[in-house]
Amino acid sequence: MLRCEAEVFRPRTLNDALQMRADMPDATVLAGGTDVMVYLEAGVLKPTRILDLWGCQGLRGLGFADGSQVYGAGLTCTDVLQSVQAHPLLRDAAATVGAVQIQNRATLGGNICNGSPAGDTLPVWLALNAEFELASVRGFRRVPAATFWRGYKQMDLQPDELLVSIHVPAVTGNSHFRKVGTRMAQAISKVIFAGRSVAGREARLAFGAVGPTPMRCAAAEEALVAGAPVDEVVRLLEEEIVPIDDVRSTALYRRKVAGRIVRRWLESLPRG
Amino acid sequence: MVIGTSPPRRDGMDKLTGRSLYADDLRPSGVWYGATVRSSRAHARILGVRRAEGFDWSNVVLVTADDIPGLNVVSLMTDDQPVLADGIVRHVTEPIALVAAPTREHALAAAQHVVVEYEDLPALFDPLAAEGHELRIFGEDNVFKRIRIEHGVRTDATAHLIRGRYTTGLQEQLYIEPQSMLAELRADGGITLTGSMQCPYYIDRAVKRMLGHDRVNVAQAVTGGGFGGKEEYPSILACHATLLAIAARRPVKITYRRDEDLRATTKRHPAVIDLVTMVTARGQLLELHGRVWMDGGAYHTLSTVVLSRAMLHLQGPYRWPYASLHGTVVATHTPPNGAFRGFGAPQAQWAMERHMDRIARHMRLDPLVLRRENLFVHGDVSVTGQTLQNPGAFAVLEAAERAAAAPVNPKRVRPGVVGAEMRSGRGLALAWHGCGFTGNGEAKIRGKVALELRGRDVAVLSSSTDIGQGTETIFPMIVAQTLGIDMERVFNTAHDTGLVPDSGPTVASRTAMVVGGTCEKAAQRLLRHLRELHGEGDFDALAARAEAAGGLVRVEETYEVNTNVEWNPDTYQGDAYPCYGWSCVIVDLRVDLDTGEVLYDRVVTATDVGKALSPVLAAGQIEGGTLQALGWATQEEVVLDKQGCMRNDRLTNYIIPTALDGPEMITELVEIPYEGGPFGAKGIGEIPMDAPAAAVAQAIEAACGAVLDSLPMTPERVFAAMEAR
Amino acid sequence: MIVRFNCNGSDVQVDTPPMARLLDVLREDLRLVGSKEGCGEGECGACTVRIDGAPVMSCLVPVAQVDGCRVQTIEGLGSPATHAVQTAMLMFGGAQCGICTPGICMSAAALLEENPHPTAEAVRVALAGNLCRCTGYQKVVDAVCGALAGGAS
Repeated sequence: MLRCEAEVFRPRTLNDALQMRADMPDATVLAGGTDVMVYLEAGVLKPTRILDLWGCQGLRGLGFADGSQVYGAGLTCTDVLQSVQAHPLLRDAAATVGAVQIQNRATLGGNICNGSPAGDTLPVWLALNAEFELASVRGFRRVPAATFWRGYKQMDLQPDELLVSIHVPAVTGNSHFRKVGTRMAQAISKVIFAGRSVAGREARLAFGAVGPTPMRCAAAEEALVAGAPVDEVVRLLEEEIVPIDDVRSTALYRRKVAGRIVRRWLESLPRG
Repeated sequence: MVIGTSPPRRDGMDKLTGRSLYADDLRPSGVWYGATVRSSRAHARILGVRRAEGFDWSNVVLVTADDIPGLNVVSLMTDDQPVLADGIVRHVTEPIALVAAPTREHALAAAQHVVVEYEDLPALFDPLAAEGHELRIFGEDNVFKRIRIEHGVRTDATAHLIRGRYTTGLQEQLYIEPQSMLAELRADGGITLTGSMQCPYYIDRAVKRMLGHDRVNVAQAVTGGGFGGKEEYPSILACHATLLAIAARRPVKITYRRDEDLRATTKRHPAVIDLVTMVTARGQLLELHGRVWMDGGAYHTLSTVVLSRAMLHLQGPYRWPYASLHGTVVATHTPPNGAFRGFGAPQAQWAMERHMDRIARHMRLDPLVLRRENLFVHGDVSVTGQTLQNPGAFAVLEAAERAAAAPVNPKRVRPGVVGAEMRSGRGLALAWHGCGFTGNGEAKIRGKVALELRGRDVAVLSSSTDIGQGTETIFPMIVAQTLGIDMERVFNTAHDTGLVPDSGPTVASRTAMVVGGTCEKAAQRLLRHLRELHGEGDFDALAARAEAAGGLVRVEETYEVNTNVEWNPDTYQGDAYPCYGWSCVIVDLRVDLDTGEVLYDRVVTATDVGKALSPVLAAGQIEGGTLQALGWATQEEVVLDKQGCMRNDRLTNYIIPTALDGPEMITELVEIPYEGGPFGAKGIGEIPMDAPAAAVAQAIEAACGAVLDSLPMTPERVFAAMEAR
Repeated sequence: MIVRFNCNGSDVQVDTPPMARLLDVLREDLRLVGSKEGCGEGECGACTVRIDGAPVMSCLVPVAQVDGCRVQTIEGLGSPATHAVQTAMLMFGGAQCGICTPGICMSAAALLEENPHPTAEAVRVALAGNLCRCTGYQKVVDAVCGALAGGAS
């Protein structure tokens, strides 16, 4: 209903996209529209220029390079769900995004760069040691997921950069995903968890919606690697997360549920 | 025999192909769009309303209370609610001024540039504190209505005293089609309103009184759900659109955005209910002492009637030798609450069913045994002194138990959930629901239906709207069956107050039972009339003779009130309702022990519908109402800010069930006929709202031991209750 | 911007701001009012249409993104012949007030193309983005499960 009069640029190639990004650092980047269109209709975003990557070629691939899985930033949740190669954690997360209509448009890159702490797929990247490949006319660089989100909707992303792909190294271990949303579908997260554990070697305990950014719980991870009792791991993570009260839930609930989810998973793992 | 079969709904294919025109689909040439300037304060004096500088006002009309030609009143029951605030605002979102412009966006922008200056006044938000408070909102003591009911004989037997408090929150009707209304000027200087509505004649009267003349007609557009939310509220949109159309001298349409609809329109009344009961050691109920408070919001709307229905259903489907009930509905500085499916009865029966479980817990009785011991049987007397004829409580209980014996399908999908620790539980609850208006309501309304011969076919003229429940289908079925002709030859006309008589509002589970019954009588009258004109013969022969003779053949029938019904509105004694529907609900669910989330596996309902005129439509009403009740039970919560404004004013955070939240439903229709209804039919629209929430609470308790006496039972509350065990 | 796309089998072109919502272009410019607006933020699914076969919320799609695409709305689903899901919805009682019904039909039609004989749970997953306040979903689920099962078609 609120007509947006912004000028729209629709690059067909990545090179064009990067040049346009360099020329228009103020432009709003658009992919599947499932966030941007909501902001426009709510009147909270009033861009004059929009860089629409939906039709940009080369962003929807899923392949391997240098021993890593490479996910194009333009892959939709449906693409992920239909791919047998996609990591099970990511598939679990993609299935919880909105419902079918949203999954058909919502992209991995959009979720990452929208940067909402409640983004359903974001803890998965933390659990998988993913790196984000950022491109600009100046070249390429990789940023670990663990350092990409710096504060509430603050990303390590320069005004001339675009996220082009996500690199996931070959990781092992038991993994677990859990979303606690407001309902079974079309739900915004109250708590999201993605975890991975290689007994005695590596642990990833990553959360969404319990702090200003998607986050890992480093102290709890260390304790888990060191073989600390589950009680101790849970106690540490409950200290590390910083949930808030909002219209959807309470800080108390989020903190306790985060702990319960991790406890349930850790107790289900084979010992040793 | 078409009655008892399920022909496809009349409006079905148009709806399924996108051809149906809803109010917002109408776009007459030259139409402008309206927007509403609303109060940002709960209680304030308006010092001024002005156009902001720097905005182009050239193509905008602005309307304030000064532009109202007649009464500045939204006519309903009590003339307390203004069409536009005149000097004082009494709740946040109260309409202060209106704008119209050539586009929707332009109108919204203009509304944002209307500056209102306020002088804030103290405000009351807590209904328990508002009663009798020196700060006046309504009347002498901020009480819209008090109701006292006392009946029976107090016991001197040895008994256990059991006491409990039960609360319920606001609930939004959440029709998927937002409120929408179009006003068009007629050549004769009158106004035609077309919109989304349940009750054309409510609007007709409201607009006429506001204008001070009678050149008004109101027509229903295809309406995308109501649930009570389009009972009284559309009168406000209609008055607003009318004022704008007059000011702009062109058609004006107002369609609320969803956020505005959520913030501004009526909700289900929240309730606080204290019950104190005396019960024998064997579980025989002896005395019921009930205290009910409801929050009506800033204006009266229908609050007294909502309280009335709450008080009349508070006893549940159980016999109480003595009852003393006291109810109050109070004014606060919050948006007015209003009609919502069930109309007070769900709140009351939530309390009673939870209290039955409390009694069972306290007395160490099986909750079902306790219920069986006290369920109404033929000849029992209610707290109003009404002797119950053939109550269906046991029949629905047995039907539900039979259906629930089938195993539950365990394969539910929960995206994003693996390895959760779940506990299963089953819960059962019962309810009754008075069909049609309370007491002598129908005698006051005297609802009418007309039939007209159109060629050899028959037109049904009524103001009973189809809001999804199936009126366009049910009325032709009843008339066709009565006349002995094919249903294809009977159709409802447009529900336009310029054409149809006042059948009474489309509310209170009365449309099929009361107005449908009037359709049946009208069809009989039509046959008699044709025989008087054209001699003996079946309808076909008579209609052929009438067609050959030419001229208008029309009969009008007025609802005949059951003369057995005696009701004293002062003492609340007598026959409260002409008949009752009965319902039993058995819920199978699982509780996630780590999150307090409830996963519904299956809901079995058994409902006494009198006669299922169309089993598919009847089951559709029950299943939809059941899911709305499950939403009320565990998901739907209105969060208010400090001004009493709804914070979760979007569909992302006012949560209603999706298809994945909804359970498998098994719907048993029990038929204990009501002789006053068409072919035995009773009202069924509201009863599905009554029992499910309590069945859910009992099932949660069975699953994980968490005891919850407040609605909604959100995961946060279930979690806390599990921790508190 | 001139946007060209195939709408319900016909090529159309619309002169429109590129960020206009597909829903508005359908309803206002093309007068295809069968797609409804229930929330304007991709929650209710009443505006569901199919783009190149895939169901989407048309309130979240800028019209520029359908340039060169195939768009199907409810007006195109039942034309020329009624779709099996429409017939089944009619017979099973899956439509009540009807405001969510076009969107449900679009989601269901997409499901049935991939999975002609879905389980009840598969239908619930496919329709989880279409809020309905009237039916309680059971009759909708029955209709979609039964749409291609013979009998209803």
